[in-house]
Amino acid sequence: MSAHHGPAKGITRWLYTTNHKDIGTLYLWFSFAMFLLGGAFALVIRAELFEPGLQIIEPEFFNQMTTMHGLIMVFGAVMPAFVGLANWMIPLMIGAPDMALPRMNNWSFWILPFAFTMLTSTLFMDGGAPNFGWTFYAPLSTTYAPPSVTFFIFAVHIMGASSIMGSINIIATILNLRAPGMTLMKMPLFVWTWLITAYLLIAVMPVLAGVVTMMLMDIHFSTSFFDAAGGGDPVLFQHVFWFFGHPEVYIMILPAFGVISAIIPTFARKPLFGYASMVYATSSIAFLSFIVWAHHMFTVGMPVAGELFFMYATMLIAVPTGVKVFNWVTTMFRGSITFETPMLFSVAFVILFTIGGFSGLMLAIAPADFQYHDTYFVVAHFHYVLVPGAIFSIIAAVYYWLPKWCGNMYNETMGKAHFWTAFVGLNLTFFPMHFSGLAGMPRRIPDYNMMFADWNMLSSIGAFFFGASQLLFLFNVIATIRNGRKASDQVWENPEGLEWTLPSPAPYHTFTAPPKIG
Amino acid sequence: MQFCMLLNRVSGFFQRIKKPTTWSLALLFTLLSQQSFSVDVDRWQYNMTEGVTPVSRDVYGLHMDIFWWCVAIAVVVFGVMFYTMIVHRKANGAKASNFHESTLLEIIWTVVPFVILIIMAVPATKSLINIYDHKEGDMDILITGYQWKWKYDYIGSDVSYFSSLSTPQNQIRNMSTKGVNYLLEVDEPLVIPIKKKIRFLITANDVIHSWWVPDFAVKRDAIPGYINETWAFVDEPGTYRGQCAELCGKNHGFMPIVVEALPQAEYDTWLAAKQAETLKLQELTNQTFTFDELYTQGETVYNNVCAACHQVNGEGIPPMFPSIAGSKIATGAINGHLDIIVNGSKNNPAMRSFSGELSEVDIAAVITYQRNSWGNNMGDSVQPIDILRFKESGGE
Repeated sequence: MSAHHGPAKGITRWLYTTNHKDIGTLYLWFSFAMFLLGGAFALVIRAELFEPGLQIIEPEFFNQMTTMHGLIMVFGAVMPAFVGLANWMIPLMIGAPDMALPRMNNWSFWILPFAFTMLTSTLFMDGGAPNFGWTFYAPLSTTYAPPSVTFFIFAVHIMGASSIMGSINIIATILNLRAPGMTLMKMPLFVWTWLITAYLLIAVMPVLAGVVTMMLMDIHFSTSFFDAAGGGDPVLFQHVFWFFGHPEVYIMILPAFGVISAIIPTFARKPLFGYASMVYATSSIAFLSFIVWAHHMFTVGMPVAGELFFMYATMLIAVPTGVKVFNWVTTMFRGSITFETPMLFSVAFVILFTIGGFSGLMLAIAPADFQYHDTYFVVAHFHYVLVPGAIFSIIAAVYYWLPKWCGNMYNETMGKAHFWTAFVGLNLTFFPMHFSGLAGMPRRIPDYNMMFADWNMLSSIGAFFFGASQLLFLFNVIATIRNGRKASDQVWENPEGLEWTLPSPAPYHTFTAPPKIG
Repeated sequence: MQFCMLLNRVSGFFQRIKKPTTWSLALLFTLLSQQSFSVDVDRWQYNMTEGVTPVSRDVYGLHMDIFWWCVAIAVVVFGVMFYTMIVHRKANGAKASNFHESTLLEIIWTVVPFVILIIMAVPATKSLINIYDHKEGDMDILITGYQWKWKYDYIGSDVSYFSSLSTPQNQIRNMSTKGVNYLLEVDEPLVIPIKKKIRFLITANDVIHSWWVPDFAVKRDAIPGYINETWAFVDEPGTYRGQCAELCGKNHGFMPIVVEALPQAEYDTWLAAKQAETLKLQELTNQTFTFDELYTQGETVYNNVCAACHQVNGEGIPPMFPSIAGSKIATGAINGHLDIIVNGSKNNPAMRSFSGELSEVDIAAVITYQRNSWGNNMGDSVQPIDILRFKESGGE
């Protein structure tokens, strides 16, 4: 066997692969498929909410749609997409030949399709799919759950195992396989943010596994972790869930910070303003993410000391997050800026993520949260940090690195068309939700009073627009891979990073001999 | 005919405009302006209510303060950003400078936000401590969340009743015009006196609910097995509407809250009438009713209480909500039928005990109705006194 053999032929290439590029590709395509599925569920929700009254689906099915939309987008679309980017880019960025644990890499991908097939199959089961929201609060998700909840629990276990293995692999790779001279403080920020994310994942995925196992015990083995009648406490569920859940939202945004920190300097033609402070800000956000979880629970009736602690800790997050935003803006300042598609998505990221940050700051004020909590204001908030936040950064990353991956340049006009339709669509969808929420519309309801009707109609129109725009993305990517014009090795004008020293497309095996770090 | 004219006008309108942006804006406008409601609702409401309690006004003030801070920061950050995006573009011949790292700048943009946060934290802390003032109130009301209605117990009097959605199914199914309070109306509102500190003790019977009245800035989770407390001091008489704010299953969107705040004298009259009604209901238990009386009353009870799950046609949504039409229980021994309504199902928690929720008269009526509807043809009936005896015998 030569060290430079190419990929195997046919399906076995993908089934048996231990190559970080193949596995990265698998993760990315899988997450895109899940993105379309979760998006389709969202469109069912928006179609029902187009007008007051029940028109298309029953409330029971509506709840299944909100639940499945959330679960699929979080665990199926955003997380695997970032793992895919990590697989592709981390070895290229640190000068490693592959991931440290290639066989485990294969395993951690290939259990995902099984998990999501199982989760999706619950839609066809007696009693329907999980209908208790992606946050699955007990006892709605235990005593009162449909029978399919057991399959949901098993699927979550598999997703958790996949994430934990992926994180171990990323940590092992970053800590052991850096090329000589690639010190920690020389690593690209994407590698830094992923290193920190991987630690977060290892810390909290077992907590998620724990809480679903406690549910399983309550449902099938007569324990009462979450049942007051047996000495348990439904609020315990929420504490454990959000101890996982809050770091989880940073798991979905920290790698995005890394992507944006790579793209903005390239198109501003200017180095990142404060590299070290970005690393420290990321670490502080990661630390704070562990001590703010109960801000999701301001209305459960915690003692006032608890409310105050979680309010202060949550407000504190604004400081390191502000440092990041100020850094990106200062990086652009007095640069020589061009607006290729990756830059458009990145600039939109900075603006819209900041808007999501503002509503986050408002939500941190506990007395005001009594009005915002569980309304569409919260829905607007987390969609602003997740859609133009996580999703836009993933799209920006794809446009930025696709020429390196496949060797072909995407069509700039089509890329821009995708950007502008997505930008208009998402703002039309999510901005009115701030207003309907403040006006008093609770989230997770299939029908509403006419006072909320206008905002909802705007949101629904925007959602279909945004959805259609993603088909343009799919078309763009396929067209680029199949017959895009040849990209240069450097692709962009003097981009920084080891990946740009490689030919385009990047060969199947790279850095088999470690590169020299200047 | 009218529809054709409308179509002509709309298509003519679109032929006159060419630009796609104008075109899509016009389409949007047409769609929105078609949303004409036959009732006068407050459309395009975009902000939080100031409400009618000192706490709610306080919360509104906090909300606006933090909002304007965000606007100010946004103006600065986005201002710099747009300036640089316009001025420092390569297309305008901008040459990139190479500056990076500035400890002074880093310190400034860490300290300034921190100071702003402290300025916000002070009033927020004050209002939170005020909201958590658990001193004795002038009266206590126990609020219990049920799937999918609220129960109000006036502690210290024997007044206790359920409050559930009164919007007819016809409106929800778009078969008749929606009223102005569509989905925000109940059969029996919570009634409270104004200018009194009302303490709410909040709990739930099945899953977690959340009792929310925006005008009071009160939102507190109703958690089964635990009791939360909060309070309101309402300044102005009026009708205030809210909704359940925690996903609680199928009809989460259909369990509104309506509070009527009355001047003390009117409240006292209402309470006296309510107490008299309670007494009368207890007397009814000893009366004997005809089959037709029971059947008619049963139909009303069924459609208000049972139909949410078992459906108006009695066929349910199996397997969670079984069919009553042709079911073993509704066509079997009458004691089994009594048992499942009084004690609930041992296997399916969705079928809870209705013993406290329905009066003896209502249970007798609804059993009679169920045994003689949708093809169930038992021909028998039960009297309220039978229900009482069944309960007193320990429900065996």
